[in-house]
Amino acid sequence: MKTSLAIRLAPWIATVALFVFWEAVCRIFKIPPFFLPPPSLVAKSFVEFWPAIYRNSLFTLSTTLIGFGMAVGFGLALGLAVGWSRAIYAGIYPLMIGFNAIPKVAVVPILVLWFGIGFIPAVLTAFLISFFPIVVNVATGLATIEPELEDVLKALGASKLDIMRKVGIPRALPYFFGSLKIAITLAFVGSVISESVASNTGIGNLMLQAQAQFQVPLIFAGLIALAVEGIAMYALMAMLEARMTGWAQRSGFAQT
Amino acid sequence: MTAFVALDDVSHVYGGAGGTLAVDGLSIHVNRGEFAAVVGPSGCGKSTLMKLATGLQFPFKGTVQVAGSVVRQPVKIAGMAFQAPTLLPWRTTLENLLLPLEIVEPHRGRIRRHRAEYVARAEALLASVGLAGQGGKFPWQLSGGMQQRTSLCRALIHEPDLLMLDEPFGALDAFTREELWCVIRDLHAARNITIVLVTHDLREAVFLADRIFVMSARPGRIVAEREVDIPRPRDLEVTFTPQFSAIVHELRAHIVKARP
Repeated sequence: MKTSLAIRLAPWIATVALFVFWEAVCRIFKIPPFFLPPPSLVAKSFVEFWPAIYRNSLFTLSTTLIGFGMAVGFGLALGLAVGWSRAIYAGIYPLMIGFNAIPKVAVVPILVLWFGIGFIPAVLTAFLISFFPIVVNVATGLATIEPELEDVLKALGASKLDIMRKVGIPRALPYFFGSLKIAITLAFVGSVISESVASNTGIGNLMLQAQAQFQVPLIFAGLIALAVEGIAMYALMAMLEARMTGWAQRSGFAQT
Repeated sequence: MTAFVALDDVSHVYGGAGGTLAVDGLSIHVNRGEFAAVVGPSGCGKSTLMKLATGLQFPFKGTVQVAGSVVRQPVKIAGMAFQAPTLLPWRTTLENLLLPLEIVEPHRGRIRRHRAEYVARAEALLASVGLAGQGGKFPWQLSGGMQQRTSLCRALIHEPDLLMLDEPFGALDAFTREELWCVIRDLHAARNITIVLVTHDLREAVFLADRIFVMSARPGRIVAEREVDIPRPRDLEVTFTPQFSAIVHELRAHIVKARP
């Protein structure tokens, strides 16, 4: 009982400790606020600029989630296709790796050329940066079906689709839900990149403007807003994972 | 009369022409209802034999016949069990048993509407291997021996005419293994089923089988065939008789010679 309480409190204690440490360092070494503002100043600016932070956070959250949603759909479909056929795998994989190696910030100008600045490039950058881990994970889940099990089913006359439906897809689900945690954080990175390069709204743009006006505490407030959104979305994905694929976690689950 | 499972002068190559020769000139005949065991040194192509006899692979040379017709596609009348139980962790034990029924005709088309009937059948089968009332548990909540029993049940649920076992007891401790010998012995006695057991445990082969084939090292072929004339039903005590030991001894001599 005592340990479980300690574990539950641990993240809060660590977070508070980090901020206390940060504040202390700023005060003790008398670091100028335009270099590294202490958390107290960041908090003040958070309150002061709350309407702007709120509005831009919502914008960033929406572009991130839409891009992420597209990545889930596309990544799932492509992952299934890649896992389905060795030919598709052989054909597409090098392309995907090459594509993934391209820094997405380099793609934003092209997106702007095509779609103008603002909402659409942010959504697309979030999508482009986050679909890759989903594809790889789904394909891995499908590729690791036990060959013996495949034999058992094939000997019964199971088609490839049967094996996919009965074994492959359920088996790939933990990989899929696991990849969502990675993908959602990457999606934030994508939308913020695009906002800082080519947008008039969003947290990325807010931070860029704050930088131009030398409002350093506001930059940090933007960072913290992003971090909070990121943690919230990650937690949501982790919850979803635990709910959907509890069998893969095996912690005293389901004694029925 | 042709045998139920008949491999005639079969050669099989992996990796296309010029690849590794897995079996060469292999001939095996198993009669209907017979319990056959195939023993041999490791890597002698025993698993290839499994795949050939179930229609998962087709021979490079020679013919494979099962139930009187040449095998050109997966045979569909076979159940298989391996050393690893390969149960699906997201399904309960009972749902794991129902899996083959969701694949194989005519059950495939009926299972949705007649689920209760199939569940009853699965539960009866579980009870017959000493797993009564365990159907609701997930495989990972069962012991290794219980998982292997479940795997055997899954191989039997669609009432196959042919049961192919690839070292199914290899990963179990000695006592559990002997328990499962008795389980499979009783299943064989209760149903008119043909069983081919691939194993490297000679005592296991002699205790269970009517007929034992000894395979050579790769490329595998049959170097000896031995009928086991110990009367059935066999009790575990049989394994301590001189007659039993003599057969094990004889087989062992063949294996020693067969090793590379």
